[in-house]
Amino acid sequence: MSVAWPTISLTVNGHACAVAAPPLKRLLDVLREDLRLTGTKEGCGEGECGSCSVRMNGELVNSCLVPVLQAEGAHIQTVEELASSGILHPIQQAFLDCGGAQCGICTPGMLMAAAELLERHPHPTLAEIREGLAGNLCRCTGFLRIFASVLAAAAQAPDPEPDPEPDPEPDPEPGKAPHAR
Amino acid sequence: MRGDAQAHELIAPGNLAAVLELVASAPGEWTPIAGGTELMVAFASGKLGARKLVSLWGVPELRFIETKDKSIVIGAGTTFRDLRAHAALAAELPLLAKAASSIGSVANQSRATLGGNLVNGSPAADSSPALLAYDAEVEMVSLRGKRRVAYAEFHTGYKRNAMAKDELLYAVHVPLRFARHRQYLRKVGTRRAMAIAKLALAATALLEGGVVGEIRVAAASLAAFPTRLYQVEAVLLGNQVSKKIIHEARRALLSEAQPIDDIRSTAEYRRRVAANLLEEFLRALSGEGRPQ
Repeated sequence: MSVAWPTISLTVNGHACAVAAPPLKRLLDVLREDLRLTGTKEGCGEGECGSCSVRMNGELVNSCLVPVLQAEGAHIQTVEELASSGILHPIQQAFLDCGGAQCGICTPGMLMAAAELLERHPHPTLAEIREGLAGNLCRCTGFLRIFASVLAAAAQAPDPEPDPEPDPEPDPEPGKAPHAR
Repeated sequence: MRGDAQAHELIAPGNLAAVLELVASAPGEWTPIAGGTELMVAFASGKLGARKLVSLWGVPELRFIETKDKSIVIGAGTTFRDLRAHAALAAELPLLAKAASSIGSVANQSRATLGGNLVNGSPAADSSPALLAYDAEVEMVSLRGKRRVAYAEFHTGYKRNAMAKDELLYAVHVPLRFARHRQYLRKVGTRRAMAIAKLALAATALLEGGVVGEIRVAAASLAAFPTRLYQVEAVLLGNQVSKKIIHEARRALLSEAQPIDDIRSTAEYRRRVAANLLEEFLRALSGEGRPQ
């Protein structure tokens, strides 16, 4: 189609970017195809699995559900940012140490969800970890090593600070399969 | 088949006046898109019918929570994450805060908006039972002005609502007069996160001198749209919550509910579990059973 697409300006991992793209193009595709940031993975493509999780203005989002026009002016953080200084982010190191990653498809999204969780709750409870990562599916690890990774990363964080947000409902029976309530 | 971004137009006027003008210029032609948690899923599977979309994301006039005239007023563009993070809302409207935390995942809550949840009109909408139990009103806006209707009258059929083609949902008004009411909300789904409700039941009730002086019972997935259960309420109103009345209320629910069989559940399951939830609430209300 010989249409001039609008130029959309956004900041990705601290760098100002301008992309000419159909405005409904998914942020996921802009990141991977236009900006060649292929760390972000596509899983289900419908907001269910969390593989494509990135942060938009600090908040975790599924990049497969964000039309790029809605990211105009936004600050986007992808998994590439976590080790941009050449040193692994504590959550990345913890995933390595604890076996939190296996096949790797869920890992970038899982890391972004975990990094966001640790900013909100530097010393999360297991219930908070389970809730914070509930939108990120892993078919390899069975999740326990991922939860252990988050706990390990949190153990390195400085002293606990009061949580800025109200706690979610506590898990009534940790260890039992979670059910809707 | 995958959706093709090039086949759709999407513009972002950036402020409410400009969006309203666009919508009024061709009523019904522009489909509003806020956080995209519904429409982008349709797009992904090539099922997004709308060719012309207007973005409400980032329209500042639609994203607010304020306390006014003994109500909490919530802009339609407020995300569920905003709702969860609002301390006064969590304290005053616990059912709505609970509903917000039960929606999808953190990533969905960052984007999904209260207005989108209501306008989309799913029978299973998570925020609806709480808003019905709180007797909320919705406010619509167009170039012609603003108007308010009871939320209980907003949905008019499956995925149909009371909005005119040039109107947008502007805000939800929730009255702050339920502090003394017993309040209940329970969502039943396959797992705590991400699951669309098989059904949900919400209720607020005030006991006066041992009898039910005020009651609202509302449900998701028991009809073509989220709705109050007026026959159940009528059975309870003015009565003591006795075993006999609980039994009658159950029977009223079983006859009033009109659930369907679908991929998530069966009509029979929805009916019976809804009756069980109602009984759970009423037993707590009568002082028997554990309080919610």
